[in-house]
Amino acid sequence: MIQLKVNGVEQSFGGEPEMPLLWYLRDVLALSGSKFGCGIGLCGACTVHVNGQATRSCVTAMSDAAGKEVTTIEGLDKNGLHPVQKAWMQINVPQCGYCQVGQIMQAAALLDSKKKPTDHEIDEAMSGNICRCGTYQRIRAAIKAAAGKMA
Amino acid sequence: MSEIENVSRRRFLTGGVIAAGALVLGVRYYGKLLPRDKLPHDTNADHSALHPSVYLGVDPDGTVWIVASRSEMGTTSRTTLPLVVADELDADWKRVKIEQAIGDKRYGDQNTDGSHSIRSFYDAMRDAGATARFMLIQAAAHQWGVPAAECETDLHVVVHRSTKRRAGYGELASAAAKFPVPPKEEVKLKPKSAWRYIGKGEVSYDLEALVTGKAIYGMDARLEGMVYASVERPPVLGGKVKSYDDKEALKVAGVRQTVPIDPFKPPPAFQPLGGIAVIADNTWAAFQGRKKLNIAWDNGPNETYNSDAYKNELRATSHNPCKVVRNIGDADAAFAKANKVYEADYYVPLLAHAAMEPLVALAEFKNGKATLWAPTQNPQAVQDIVSKELGIAKEDVICHVTLLGGGFGRKSKPDYVAEAAVLSKKMGKPVKVVWTREDDIKFDYYNAVASMYMKAAVGANGKPTAWLQRSAFPPIPSIFDVNAVYGDAAHLQQGWTDIPYDLPNLRVENGPAKAHVRIGWLRSVANIYHAFGIQCFTDELAHAAGRDPLDYLLDLIGDPRTIDFKGVEYPNYGASMETYPWETGRLRHVTELVAEKSGWGKRKHAKGTGVGIAAHRSFLTYVATVVEVEVNDQGEVRIPRVDMALDAGLVVNPEATRAQFEGAAVFGTSVVRSGEITATKGVIDQSNFQDYPVARINEVPAQTNVHIVDSDAPPAGVGEPGVPPFIAAFCNAIFAATGKRVRDLPITKLGLS
Repeated sequence: MIQLKVNGVEQSFGGEPEMPLLWYLRDVLALSGSKFGCGIGLCGACTVHVNGQATRSCVTAMSDAAGKEVTTIEGLDKNGLHPVQKAWMQINVPQCGYCQVGQIMQAAALLDSKKKPTDHEIDEAMSGNICRCGTYQRIRAAIKAAAGKMA
Repeated sequence: MSEIENVSRRRFLTGGVIAAGALVLGVRYYGKLLPRDKLPHDTNADHSALHPSVYLGVDPDGTVWIVASRSEMGTTSRTTLPLVVADELDADWKRVKIEQAIGDKRYGDQNTDGSHSIRSFYDAMRDAGATARFMLIQAAAHQWGVPAAECETDLHVVVHRSTKRRAGYGELASAAAKFPVPPKEEVKLKPKSAWRYIGKGEVSYDLEALVTGKAIYGMDARLEGMVYASVERPPVLGGKVKSYDDKEALKVAGVRQTVPIDPFKPPPAFQPLGGIAVIADNTWAAFQGRKKLNIAWDNGPNETYNSDAYKNELRATSHNPCKVVRNIGDADAAFAKANKVYEADYYVPLLAHAAMEPLVALAEFKNGKATLWAPTQNPQAVQDIVSKELGIAKEDVICHVTLLGGGFGRKSKPDYVAEAAVLSKKMGKPVKVVWTREDDIKFDYYNAVASMYMKAAVGANGKPTAWLQRSAFPPIPSIFDVNAVYGDAAHLQQGWTDIPYDLPNLRVENGPAKAHVRIGWLRSVANIYHAFGIQCFTDELAHAAGRDPLDYLLDLIGDPRTIDFKGVEYPNYGASMETYPWETGRLRHVTELVAEKSGWGKRKHAKGTGVGIAAHRSFLTYVATVVEVEVNDQGEVRIPRVDMALDAGLVVNPEATRAQFEGAAVFGTSVVRSGEITATKGVIDQSNFQDYPVARINEVPAQTNVHIVDSDAPPAGVGEPGVPPFIAAFCNAIFAATGKRVRDLPITKLGLS
């Protein structure tokens, strides 16, 4: 049995230890906010926080999540909207929205470690997250807006 | 709400810690999931007290239900069309609830492609809202015993002008329903001065759901008791399973069984490709089981297809006389006596859609009926193909439309939904088919590979005295007719037969090309390669003449006039030439506007930097783009700034329109930087984002400024028209910065990155 915490709730998993965390979240726990985009950690749609670090859940085996605290978009802010989510709405970032959960999780982790990221730091942190609709300009603006709020 | 409906909703969105929230969202995104013995197409709007139109209903509590009959893939049409209804109704947007229609011909065309949702449904939406408003006024006037002409509406209320009496829409709804639905002529539309939402716009109705992960895409659809499927498909188009061994696959924990899917009967159209499906308890187990399949394939005739050789064939075709699709004057005679002739070949490879949500569909076949949940751009096409595949009536195919994680044209082609339906029938239980990214890249309906041969004779001032352009590309009709090899009018019109230049001698030709993969619509479609050829060749001629590319482009566009397409088959994107004439003055205007806004000719460009310009009309919208680039010694290309000017007629939602054009710059960036699908022995070489890269945040324009022309002309498209001129302007900017001419996409071929 693998024990882990998801959004503050203790969970145990008795399935295949190689199963990626993403599919455990989606198919077993029915937490469908984290998305499947590429399956090999290249697009960032599946990004969650594992012990506070932005992590690609599609390439994180359940065995590696054992004993860890996993936060998904569903648990990002218990009291409603996280400042990053508010900024995303304020700047009207999403188009189709499919990648945005991963973008938001990545951006929230960035702002946890860097209160006022520069353009270059934003590029470095966010270049693993693909948006095919092309909302990058607004993503950058929203991160800056959120940084203002979180500072 | 009956208990049965609630139970069925719960059945759809099962379990998990977010079940309570999802239940509510299920209602909001899918409308009702009714028991099978009820009319499956019923919406809340249908059951409202007042429902004068299939698109609209008003409940006694004042709730206004508006049906979104087109698919939402990020263009905001699901919000923008209801906004038009709400405006004519004078409804309070906060009291509007949008419900998504299933596939049903009563809504008219539902194929959300071709950038025509607003254009084709703007009038219908206005009529729907205005009709309900008319009836609400009748009811209030009758109640007050005053003439209807003395009444008007304010936000969600009818007002009697002189006595200031007011009645809310909710309290009037039942009474209004007793009045006959007025004939269209009696219903007066609001004047522009009274518009609340049209032209001002609104953010997506789903915005909060999108940023909280509560939005439900096809990938998120669940049914109790469903199983998961992953399909190993023939690697070459038209291939078949010779034999297979699934022993190892069946040993994978969670794998239940394998199920063969028949190969398609040519032409492929939207049929499943065939192959072996692995059925499992979860998605990952299905993926793992599939890796253990051992299949021997009969690849069939497309095994001889190699994209390198094919490129040479296309080029050779375009170097010889082809079918003439438009002719003015006598180009040959003019070439014969010309002093200066320029020619160039342009090439764009196959392109894949790569929407962020891989293809996915959930199907339940039960009691002779198929119910589907799919991220589809075209639910009526789903009904067609599923009814054919399962041998049931179209009416017995119920297609629920989820949100789409991108579409770009791929999700207009429902082969993936048909797979789920076929598997559900074979399994006797709900089946969710999940495509991997690799499946999505390898089994696409690709944007056509195209070769364009351009030739111009120039006279004084470098202006063309004769112009010849020939294209060769495998046409989209090849998916419906294996013998189709020529471009059809619907795609030749896309920036090819409608070259807008004022030329004394012009010949436009198209040559034959046989398809070896499935070809299909991708955002902007044939405009991508046509605009690339024409707009980059124009830039070449400008530089050859030593002229400013902007001045030269304006010179070729010429004086404002309406293009005469006499003798040319020009469908004009399905719109009438009277309502949507091809006006070169509008193209000229956006070109001048973008030049002004971008500071064309006013800013100094250091070594390694440069700007490029291009102008193009597509989907009835006129766009001009200026791109600024910086290229360093390592050949790394940056895009500090992009300016786009567009005339799309009346723009209902400017905010969403700006977003579409910003996105178009990014989509175009991917095409130019890295867009290339190739094939070896009929097998697609690319598989995922490592070998089919799409643009990332550090590679895209740092700033895209979108300038919208204020216009009262009828509304035109906004989803696609931004892409084609961006691509050409980007390539022209690269030339300005480096002296390297981009004729062969992507730019990696020039050693640029």
